[in-house]
Amino acid sequence: MAPGLTPVGLRWIDYSIIGIYFAFVLGIGWQLRRAMRTSTDFFLSGRSLPAWITGLAFLSANLGAQEVIGMGASGAKYGISTSHFYWIGAVPAMLFVGLFMMPFYYGSKARSVPEYLRLRFDEKTRAFNAVSFAVMTVFSSGVSMYAMGALMHLLLGWSFNVSVLISAAIVLTYILLGGLTSAIYNEVLQFFLIVFGFAPLVIVGLNEVGGWNGLKAKLSALAVAQGHPSGAYTHAWQGLDSPTHNLIGVEWFGLVMGLGFVLSFGYWCTDFLVVQRAMAADSMDSARRTPLIAAVPKMVFPFLVILPGMIALVIGGSGIIPAKTAPGGGPLLDAAGKIVLDYDLATPSMLMHLFPNGMLGLGLAALLASFMSGMAGNITAFNTVWTYDLYQTYVKKDADDAHYLWIGRVATVVGIALAIAAAYVAAAFNNIMELLQLVFAFVNAPLFATFFLGMFWRRTTGHGAFWGLLSGTLAAAVHHGLTLPAGAVAGVKGGYFGVVQTFRSEMGQTFWTAIFAWTTCFVVTIIVSMLTRPRPDEELVGLVYALTPRPPSTARAFWEKPAFLGVITLVLLLILNLIFR
Amino acid sequence: MSATGDLDVRVPIGALFSLLGVMLTVYGYLEPASSGPAFTKGGQINMWWGLVMLVFGVLMLLVARPAREKVAR
Repeated sequence: MAPGLTPVGLRWIDYSIIGIYFAFVLGIGWQLRRAMRTSTDFFLSGRSLPAWITGLAFLSANLGAQEVIGMGASGAKYGISTSHFYWIGAVPAMLFVGLFMMPFYYGSKARSVPEYLRLRFDEKTRAFNAVSFAVMTVFSSGVSMYAMGALMHLLLGWSFNVSVLISAAIVLTYILLGGLTSAIYNEVLQFFLIVFGFAPLVIVGLNEVGGWNGLKAKLSALAVAQGHPSGAYTHAWQGLDSPTHNLIGVEWFGLVMGLGFVLSFGYWCTDFLVVQRAMAADSMDSARRTPLIAAVPKMVFPFLVILPGMIALVIGGSGIIPAKTAPGGGPLLDAAGKIVLDYDLATPSMLMHLFPNGMLGLGLAALLASFMSGMAGNITAFNTVWTYDLYQTYVKKDADDAHYLWIGRVATVVGIALAIAAAYVAAAFNNIMELLQLVFAFVNAPLFATFFLGMFWRRTTGHGAFWGLLSGTLAAAVHHGLTLPAGAVAGVKGGYFGVVQTFRSEMGQTFWTAIFAWTTCFVVTIIVSMLTRPRPDEELVGLVYALTPRPPSTARAFWEKPAFLGVITLVLLLILNLIFR
Repeated sequence: MSATGDLDVRVPIGALFSLLGVMLTVYGYLEPASSGPAFTKGGQINMWWGLVMLVFGVLMLLVARPAREKVAR
């Protein structure tokens, strides 16, 4: 370890900062406790929030701790190419959902994404989506809770149980008190805290390695020493001609289609966790602007979350990323005898090494904020889908509104309890979690084909959508089962049906599995739709593009118009990609 | 009353950042940091970043005020 970079312990100032942050988060919930009078208040914020608030919440709900830590880790592994997950892998889809899909989500008055599927298609398609989504949100908040508890234990020696229970209790309290409004308000606060907690980390880190040019020189030297092209860490597009020429191990087609189209559109355009934020907006224009407003900070977030990982790799000469521990103690070595780094500790290690007391408390509060915003996002989406799409549909249809408001609160408690249980399952049986996440990936991969056909091709039928989704999910499982990333053994990594193709990297395999699933869903949906009876046009008004009048924009100035925002964002995106090509 | 209970989110954000900003600035002034890289030593980073946060917090409170007065009127 480089001299002068020893980690510091926490002092009273750090604890005070974290404590004050907790107090404010709870205080927001407390202030809103009387505002939750109907189920619409609790689940959709009464559709009353301005676009800048829903926009920042849209971004923040996705910015969980796993995202912050995972992007730092990928930054250390793949360098600036990790930005693809933000640029090509998020921004175009965010523009698409805002400009073209929000008119149907918001305009149809559906209260959730599964409910839109019910309106557009049929009950079974909604049920498939609602059940898989509800299970997924609970497990993903469980997994991130586990990751958080384990990290706090490792970094600060805090008890795993205490970290998990306290953070869960805080999220539970503020959602119970103030529903979605509370979650969204806190997401906005957490957004600013994350920015103010991580920006100085990048500033101090860059200062330490001699600025961007210093970082570039150090990373080039490292890349050459490892036998890669010198621009491997500092160029996003160079070497994408072949999987063997870049660190991610994919080629441009797999990246653009797999990540940029299938996975990105599948998440940003169909996931209720993010779409719910836009549904809470006060008007159609605000709902459409929500993802567009989020897209601008999203574009520059790589500098906030990816750069710390890249800096951690070279700071102080040899970097500060600790090695993974081998089962028998000592650093873990790979097959070639090289030390295996624990990349997930890249960003936390930067916090611990670069910040003095004071700033350290702020950085940890930012980390906790990212965890809480991600968890609250999952839980508010879960309680809504549970109450509206499952409980109201299958358990009790015609109760009064107060009953559903009460059920929503119960679902919040149960959802968090299940998430805590999932965190302990994750701690005890890592394989089960890995398997579940794999299944979720299969279910998610084909989703966008269903929504796309549903919104833009009026001939699509409910049977087509349902069988398309099912076959797309199966296709993902089959593709994954027939392929394997290089160096892996058959099992949870794939190849369980025999190995037909080997990918350079797991990422390459994931992208191609997604492409396969999407294409299958797309084709099967069309075929089954052609063979089944379509719904009459008059039933599809407001649900399908060709049958819905364009939403009139009430924007006063041209710069408030969604289309203008979209074009500006695209131009900025292009410029960023050219700079870091 | 709406689903926001007349709470302007800029008020708690402004208050939190102002408070943390003051704390960091004062702490950085009184207690020079002894560890970390040269750039963060001497409490410099605490002080400067605390001031940045304070400015942001006060700005948030300032933009929230006219909106509140409009509601009151």
